[in-house]
Amino acid sequence: MAPVTMIEAIREALDEEMQRDPAVVLIGEDIGVYGGAFKATEGLLAKYGWERVIDTPISETAIIGAAVGMSYQGLRPVAEMQFIDFIACCFNQMVNFVAKSHYRWGGPVPMVVRGPCGGGVHGGPFHSQNPEMWFVHTPGLKVVCPSTAYDAKGLLKSAIRDNNPVLCLEHKFLYRRVKEELPAEDYTVPIGKLAVRRPGRDLTIATYGAMTLHVMDAAEELAKEGIEAEVLDLRTLAPLDREGIVESVRRTHKLLVVHEDVKTGGIAGEIAATVNEQAFEELDGPIQRVASLDAPVPFSPPLEERFLPQVADVTRAARELARY
Amino acid sequence: MELPEMKYPLSREQLLDLYYFMRLTRELDEQLVRLFRQNKVVGGLYSSIGQEATSVGTAYTLEKRDWMAPMIRNVGGLLVKGFRPRDILMQYMARSGSPTGGKDGTSHFGDLQERHVVSPISMLGDLIPVMTGVAMGGRYLGQKLVTMTWIGDGGTSTGAFHEGMNLAAAQRAPFVCVVENNQWAYSTPVARQVPLHDLAERARAYGIASYVVDGNDVVAVYQTTKEAVERARRGEGPVLVESKTMRMKGHAQHDAAVYVPPEMFDYWKARDPIARYETWLTERKVWDKKTKAEIERRIERELKQELEFAENSPLPEPEVAERGVYCEGCHTIEAHWERPIEQVQPPRASVQAAWTVSNFGGPNGASAAPEAAGKTKPATVSARAANGGTKRPARGAARPKRRR
Repeated sequence: MAPVTMIEAIREALDEEMQRDPAVVLIGEDIGVYGGAFKATEGLLAKYGWERVIDTPISETAIIGAAVGMSYQGLRPVAEMQFIDFIACCFNQMVNFVAKSHYRWGGPVPMVVRGPCGGGVHGGPFHSQNPEMWFVHTPGLKVVCPSTAYDAKGLLKSAIRDNNPVLCLEHKFLYRRVKEELPAEDYTVPIGKLAVRRPGRDLTIATYGAMTLHVMDAAEELAKEGIEAEVLDLRTLAPLDREGIVESVRRTHKLLVVHEDVKTGGIAGEIAATVNEQAFEELDGPIQRVASLDAPVPFSPPLEERFLPQVADVTRAARELARY
Repeated sequence: MELPEMKYPLSREQLLDLYYFMRLTRELDEQLVRLFRQNKVVGGLYSSIGQEATSVGTAYTLEKRDWMAPMIRNVGGLLVKGFRPRDILMQYMARSGSPTGGKDGTSHFGDLQERHVVSPISMLGDLIPVMTGVAMGGRYLGQKLVTMTWIGDGGTSTGAFHEGMNLAAAQRAPFVCVVENNQWAYSTPVARQVPLHDLAERARAYGIASYVVDGNDVVAVYQTTKEAVERARRGEGPVLVESKTMRMKGHAQHDAAVYVPPEMFDYWKARDPIARYETWLTERKVWDKKTKAEIERRIERELKQELEFAENSPLPEPEVAERGVYCEGCHTIEAHWERPIEQVQPPRASVQAAWTVSNFGGPNGASAAPEAAGKTKPATVSARAANGGTKRPARGAARPKRRR
């Protein structure tokens, strides 16, 4: 098997799920004839037809609304946000209709919303955001954010088969940068389980999405200095694998959380609170955070570089914490 | 008895059914006011007094396979679709036996499996795209269904309404949107919201058919909506029905509606949908005093039982608050296919993925050879008859190309 990129892995997941289950339909802007802005759905219209690959007007609220409606019919729609930033346009549908449906009146919403998130590609303030916490803060939604092609495919498949609404945040920086061979057979990656990307004894670095690459690079550097960092790829933010995080902290006794989302209100705060509640006695140092600046994502390369966490920021924070 | 000729005939039984549901809605409404005064209603109470003909007459056009989503004043529609007064009573009293188990109130409940009812949310307009999606999904599965929801005059100003209507039109979804124009968006009259007398005119911009109907005449509401529903079912695309009625109370029980000119209440009181229908039934000799009294007794008896049931339902156990945020296997998701699945799977589903653009998007009537600059005349936009006169809703300029 030839190695596939993350975007190819996502396309494979959609294709295989559509083949497996005729209840799976796609809806979004420019996903049909054009194949999607990032080509995630390329070729699927030709294969599955106009009824299953639905090009819509520029109407995010209607896209999500129609997907909810189709899911009430027992279908499993996958809605694409061309850029995840545009999910703000249908925020009400997401947090009030989709998220609360099952809780309020037992109306399950087996739908997926997927789209490219994240910066580092000079997309500017409206094509680079990381809106995960808007939705992690909304009970009823699940939020996944893969960092590998394997996970992107496996998590998307799990999301499609899940009876709950799942938001798949695909980091566009990774779309064509990560590549790996995937199993020939059908597989899924469970929602709500982190992956230990690198074992270590000196500190735990928890991260997700594109930051996983930075953190792995940082861990490599740290190892040369004799600091063994355990790297956790969270993979899912809601429901958060609290147990997995606490377990790692029990091994390393130190925790650094790295995310591309802005610092204030990011998942690091929630993780720190959880460890404080569940494993305070285990800590040999203060929980540290490396995150983006509390600012909109700026456009010009030097500004964006300053905005985003860099490998050096991670190593610096890790060294200080290891010394503590 | 001689029944009047109607395009969509109603039997005597159905005519009396319409009366039963309207009257039941009104009596239930008044029962709720009494409960409110006894402090048994938790939260606000939203009345549909004066709007019974709209809710009942529209919902009555739906078949069992059809789907609806009520708004706050569509208790009548819920009763027609098979919910019981106890459901509404328990919702308002926040009891454990309510369809939401106390997690939500008012008309905020539904039933996907049996009655095909989708629960509304408080944010107006969002049901329009949702019911469009239910319609698209049903069509995809091969069901010959129609979906319906209501929206007030106020709700038509939301972005979700526009996005939903436009998507429904572009998709030619079998969807009927009833604009229940009750003249008031909380305290703001229609004229302050929209520079149109008929909200149905908005349909023209979506390229879909629309109707305006006297919303306090249940027979007219039924006939008009039935036509809309059948058009949608035939695949003619979504239809908008504006039902002109009047909210005879405040926005909710706390609101005395002092902003409504008193003469306006007089105007509409003289057109009370129930009193009008009673006269209609009497003049056409559909019923006599005895039948009327029987229906009244039946409603009284039923409501007494329903109230007793509702009041005996306890408040929910606090632990319920923690349950059901996610579906953890409590629901089995199943699509009901009424067409061969092979039709939607390759190779039969496969198409040539390309657009055809009629007239290449140029102005209508342009000649084949390009005109010299400055020689072209501006074209006026022709207004098509929005009401009934529409033959087939306009297809978009760009159409999918089908292989077979």
